[in-house]
Order: sequence, then structure tokens, then C-alpha cells
Amino acid sequence: MADFLLWAWLGGLMIAAIAGPLGCFMVWRRMAYFGDTLAHAALLGVALGLLLHVNVSLAVVLVCLLLALLLSTLMHQRMIATDTLLGILSHASLSLGLVSLSLFDHQAIDLMSFLFGDLLAIGQADLLWVAVACALVLVILVTIWKPLLAITVNEELAQVEGVNVALTRTLLMLLVAVVIAVAMKVVGVLLITSLLIIPAAAARRLSNSPEQMALLASLLGMLAVSGGLALSWFYDTPAGPSIVVIASSLFFLLFSLPRPFRSV
Amino acid sequence: MSEALLTATNLGVKRGDRWLIKDVNMALQMGQITTVIGPNGAGKSTLVRSLLKLINTTTGSINSIKGLRIGYMPQKLKLQETLPLSVARFLDLGRHKQHPLSPNLWHDLLHECRVEKLLAQPMQQLSGGETQRVLLLRALLRKPHLLVLDEPVQGVDVTGQVALYDLIGQVRDILGCGILMVSHDLHLVMAATDEVICLNQHICCSGHPEQVSQDPAFTDLFGPQSGGNLALYNHQHNHHHTSHGDIIDGQHHEDCDHG
Repeated sequence: MADFLLWAWLGGLMIAAIAGPLGCFMVWRRMAYFGDTLAHAALLGVALGLLLHVNVSLAVVLVCLLLALLLSTLMHQRMIATDTLLGILSHASLSLGLVSLSLFDHQAIDLMSFLFGDLLAIGQADLLWVAVACALVLVILVTIWKPLLAITVNEELAQVEGVNVALTRTLLMLLVAVVIAVAMKVVGVLLITSLLIIPAAAARRLSNSPEQMALLASLLGMLAVSGGLALSWFYDTPAGPSIVVIASSLFFLLFSLPRPFRSV
Repeated sequence: MSEALLTATNLGVKRGDRWLIKDVNMALQMGQITTVIGPNGAGKSTLVRSLLKLINTTTGSINSIKGLRIGYMPQKLKLQETLPLSVARFLDLGRHKQHPLSPNLWHDLLHECRVEKLLAQPMQQLSGGETQRVLLLRALLRKPHLLVLDEPVQGVDVTGQVALYDLIGQVRDILGCGILMVSHDLHLVMAATDEVICLNQHICCSGHPEQVSQDPAFTDLFGPQSGGNLALYNHQHNHHHTSHGDIIDGQHHEDCDHG
């Protein structure tokens, strides 16, 4: 097996592993559209990073986090419905990113790789960063797992019981921002949400507890990455979309299982 | 009487130009069941949520004893179908690390709330009454000094309501905690409570159930059939209301136009 394929595979597996539990929270908390908005804003982060000569991943995390905080503030006002607000900010930030990137020298930037990912371009050095980011996300996630679950069940109940709801919610957004920054390499900004949401949704049918669903989502995501890469390798299809195609196939396959194979 | 668990002084919540609640003074005691009643939109939930510090108040202050543990039973639990959560797991989330229940007390409460057979079930498949009992049990897991129940019998049939009020009374006896309950239903709750606070933006009347049910302010709010012996009871009220619940200064007259 070629080295670059191995790096791509390992990187994809790590990202899918943390995307599983995080995607579960996005499904449980109905944050799919919210995640989409953040992912689109990642492109703006890329443009800003290139413009200001700072690390692109760092710029993406910062832009996503800022937007997440802005969004959670704006969601409390009643002037505009949340879905409208998300729709506006999602496409505004995507367009702003596209416009900013077009100002750069076209040869230097591969726009398609940002939009749809370029997993096969992951090198050994990138892999190290992916590993560090994934480990960080995993540690934080395990640490705040219980309060996070408590606010997902009922925020007011959690607050009365002493959970710091605002802090926990902000940490979740930070984790989503970090995952978007690393997952951008795998599937690109347009498809990130699918890597988070689809394995989680597919795992629902087979799970009896939140932890089981999180673990299964990780495994299904890793399966999708492996299958997608294989598809890409043998049939020369784009890697990112291939992964999403396999993930969706897994979802529909599990969804159509007859009753006895499903849990509640 | 011993020190109050929680005292609210001059509590007011204003949203926009509207006072949701105003000038509320109340004290909650250990071992006592206090029920807040009032029509829809009277500010009952606002009052509870401000006592729990879930929302900011515009005026007034809330003082509580040191280390007050509150068990809270929210009005409704909206759980996403996508979250696989068993009753046992849901209850686990409410356990208090520093104040764990003794195994005996846990079994007593589990038995009283009749949740034993539900533990393995997914939360989403519980009936209305079962959900309320599980929510109540979760509120009890912290061995609360004060139990706050927002419309505890919602979605429960009449027999279930009686049983649930009985259960709440038993819980008070077992834990010796103070209980604050919100309700818009009258008759059942009156029997199960030590003190009634009748709320319509401000406190219209308060006191023992028999006393309150004969207060004209009470019958103004809930209609003549709700009070016991209104015709025999002559009471001069010092204010009356506009349809928005604002107080108009002046003498009380018979057809006070409560909202």
C-alpha cells in the first residue's frame, strides 16, 4: 500500500472516531443546521488565515468559535427565527470566504480541496496535528460527558442541579469548531456535517444508551472512511464525496433493517 | 417557626413594558407544602423560574439558607427520539456526588414512586403519569431541602393525580423537605397543601386552603363555583384589577374584573 494512502486512511479513521460522539450530540441537540453554518464559515477562516499569514487550522477554529458565540447570542433575540438566521449567516460566510479566496493568486489555492476535501494530500506532519487535535477533543469530551448529557436532556434541570450550562455549551461549540477545522481536510467544508450527522443517525437504530450510540457512530464513521477510500482508490472517485456516499448507504441499510434487528 | 429555607422579597420580573410578576413576597419553610395557584398567564412559571434563578429578576431579592439543595421537577420533559436513554440512566444524571442516597432510602423512594419496573425502559416510551413519577424521583435523588414542582400532575388522569398528590405528601414526610408546587387545578391541590398562594401577577391572597378558598380575590380569579361559602363571607379587598391584572387603587366592588 502506498504511504500516502496509509496516512490518509489513518487520518480519516481518527477524525471519524471523534466525529462519532460529537455528531451524536449534534443529532440529540438538533444542531445539524448549526454545524452546517459553522462549517461554511470555515472557508472564511481559511481566507483569513492566508491573508493574515497565520496557521489556517487555527484561523478556522477561531472563526468557527466566534461565529458559534455570535450565533448563540443572536438566537436569544426574537426578531428573526433561528433557521432564517442560520440560513443568512451560513451562506453569507460561505460567500464571503469564496470572495476573499478569489482575491488570491489562483494557482496557489485549490478551492475544490477546501470545498470537498483532499484526504489523499494528508502528509505525515498533518497526521501529527490531526492526532493532537483528536486527542484533545477526546479528553475534553470524556471530561464533560456527564454535564453535556445532562444539558442535552434538559438545560433547566441541569442548571438547577448545579451544572454550568453556559460553560458546557461553549465547550461543545469549541469541540465542534476544532473537529470542523480538522475534518475539512477529509470531506471539505460542504460535506463536514454529513461526517458528523450520518454515522450518528445510522447508529441510533442499534443503540440502547448514549455511550453505545457514540461508540457505534465512531465505528460506522471509520467504516465509511475505509470504504470511501477504497472506492476512491479503485475507481478513481473523489475521496470526500465517496466517504459520504458510503456513510449514507450504511445509514439507509441500517434504517431499513427489519424490526427484530433494531433496538428501541 | 424555624428559619425559612428560602425567602423572596419584593420580587418583580418585567419583560418589555409588562410586569410578569410584581411585588411578590413569600417564604418557604421546611416540612411545609406551599402551592401557587393562578389562571394561565398569571406568572406562576415565571415566579418558580425566578426563585430557581433560571431567569433574572427586575426587582427584589431571594435569600436562601447556606447550602440549600433544590430538587426540581420541570413542567415538561421534551426528549428527542434520537437520544437512547433508559429511565435508570436518566436518574443517574441527577445523582449528587457529595450527598448520595443511602441504599435503603433509594429503595424506599424507588418503591414509593413505583419506578422499579420502569428502570430498563426508554424514557420516550413512558406514559404521562410514569414520566411524572420518574421526574419526581430524579428530583428526590439529591435529598433536597426544597422540592420545586412545576405543574406536577400535568398529563396525568384524575386517579393518577390523586395518587401523585398522595405521593408528594409521603415524600414530604420521608425527607422532611419543604415543597413548592405550582398548579392551576384547584380541588385536589387544596387538600394536599399547607399554604396556598393565589397569584395573578401579584399575590392576590394567601394562607390556609380553607381561608383562601373563601377569599373574594380567589373567587374572582376562579369563578364562583370554586369558592366554598362566598355568599356568607364578607371581605373588603383593598384593590381590584384591570383585565391585565394591574392594580387599580380604590375600593373593591363586587364584579371585580379579574383576567
